[in-house]
Amino acid sequence: MPFAIAAGLVGISFGVLAEPVMGAVATLVMSAFVFAGAAQFGALAVLADGGSATAAIAAAVLLNARFITMGLALAPSLRGGALRRAAYGQAMIDAAWALANRGGGRFDPDFMVGATLPHYPVWIAGTALGVLLGEGIAMPETLGLDALFPAFFLALLWEELRTPSGRLAAALAAALALTLLPFAPAGVPVIAASAIALIALLRPPDATLHPDLPVFGHVHAAEEERPADEGQEAVP
Amino acid sequence: MTQVWITVAGLIATTAAIKASGPLALGGRRLGPRPLAAIALFAPTLLAALVVTETLGNGSELVIDERALGIGSAAVALWRGASVLPAVALAAVITALARAVV
Repeated sequence: MPFAIAAGLVGISFGVLAEPVMGAVATLVMSAFVFAGAAQFGALAVLADGGSATAAIAAAVLLNARFITMGLALAPSLRGGALRRAAYGQAMIDAAWALANRGGGRFDPDFMVGATLPHYPVWIAGTALGVLLGEGIAMPETLGLDALFPAFFLALLWEELRTPSGRLAAALAAALALTLLPFAPAGVPVIAASAIALIALLRPPDATLHPDLPVFGHVHAAEEERPADEGQEAVP
Repeated sequence: MTQVWITVAGLIATTAAIKASGPLALGGRRLGPRPLAAIALFAPTLLAALVVTETLGNGSELVIDERALGIGSAAVALWRGASVLPAVALAAVITALARAVV
């Protein structure tokens, strides 16, 4: 899994950058029990700039807010009681969630858990290695390690640019985030830009996004790209 | 150090709660096509915003520095069909080389 290896590299860079700010033990505890890269980097950035714990947590919550919508999308595909559903929610990470998407708003939850599991030991091992390296590296920036994080997000974004609506939404969100950056508190430009997604509520669904929805009452050409799914409901 | 541990505890609690909220909120109900389309667009919008703010942001300033060169190189690599790991590694290498030269 290339994403697991990339997560290991991002974990190393988190360990390297966090160790001088948080100390070795807190850095490792955070990776082991939070396991959310963007939120960890966001909180770390606030702490490194001398921000309070409250500001660091707020930045992390904003960066984690996407899991609310990702969890809402996942919800109809989950079975079982509240504890079981909440447990599946804990297994959400960006790459695994995207890979488990079966189109038309359906997900394969067990596939998602299987895709998430390799990331966990790699993330912790990467953090530990980074903490060890961090004690030996005075300036992580000289190795370009601070570029790993946006590059990783760019690689994730690349998969989302296949549809016209994905490209349009990404372009608008990037422009809005850059416009807000000089004025808004840290973390706010990113969450505000994600509100661009709500434009989808104003127009008919994009056929390329949800090829199996009976928009306009006919089957779309994109149908053959999707894996056979047995659970499809008949339209009454 | 107290601030660090409060942050760690806060992140553990809020991350678990946020990740549980979606699966628990809707039960087994299905969403309509427009909400699903909106949800599908949350990933590209958030990722695009993170890429540009992490690449061009320096506190509350916009700067074009060595990071932009590194991320731009990764974008070209991805466009030419590179997989995730080489593209991400290229971003770090190009950024480091540019800093060494400047």
